[in-house]
Amino acid sequence: MNLLFYISSAIALLGAALAMTCRNAFHALLYVVVSLLAVAGVFFSLGAAFAAALEIIVYAGAIIVLFIFVVMMLNLGRSAVRKEDGFLTPTMWIGPGVLALALFVELVFVLIRGGGSTTGGLEVGPKEVALALFGPYVVGVELASFLLLAGLVGAAYLGSGARSTGGER
Amino acid sequence: MTAEVLLEHGLVVASALFAIGLIGVLVRRNLLFQLLAIEIMLNAAGMAFVIAGARWGEADGQVLFIFILVMAAAEVAVGLALLLRLSHRFRDLDGDAVSTMRG
Repeated sequence: MNLLFYISSAIALLGAALAMTCRNAFHALLYVVVSLLAVAGVFFSLGAAFAAALEIIVYAGAIIVLFIFVVMMLNLGRSAVRKEDGFLTPTMWIGPGVLALALFVELVFVLIRGGGSTTGGLEVGPKEVALALFGPYVVGVELASFLLLAGLVGAAYLGSGARSTGGER
Repeated sequence: MTAEVLLEHGLVVASALFAIGLIGVLVRRNLLFQLLAIEIMLNAAGMAFVIAGARWGEADGQVLFIFILVMAAAEVAVGLALLLRLSHRFRDLDGDAVSTMRG
């Protein structure tokens, strides 16, 4: 299972990196799906089976499918890829790359100074998660439902307005 | 049977995923790719929670992962609706196009 963790981690990082360097939006989305499935593999190897299932169902199954629908509606063609080529010159990567690398090195430096403890090897199943979610965290569940309602109303409003006022320009 | 890896290894992977997403947000100018990079960053944060939950064998990490999932879903619904609106108005997904808006 340790091997599963390391291989899945490598695939997750590689998929995310390829997605961020990809010109074509659809190909980038497919790389992100691979990355998310690999993260689900990491969760499964750590004994968090419920989080792994949610990662596949909600992230890879719902959020990325929403992205794919939007990409299909936008109908991005070769011109979009050419435009991305114009944006993504090699010099563009230097500044953000250095900043993000500095942040990463800082985080690694802090983490390496830790006590060297290992993950417990205990499986935390759906039952424990549900008992915690609807026990001490029940206020968080209510707040999450508020957030989802606000997201639903916002998306419905913005989506319906796009048709009526979109052509005013 | 579950993996028993060093906590640091898991957290370093989560940090690297977060750094990749950060580079994506900073480098890409296409709003679709920026939203995608934000998804990767949120996913990395949730991964850190799950790994920390696995370290102590508690359910709290997965509970917070669920909250992050809900937040990401709401964010992406509103974000993509805004993106469609912008693409209808400006025929473009460049973030700089929005700077010409007045009020």
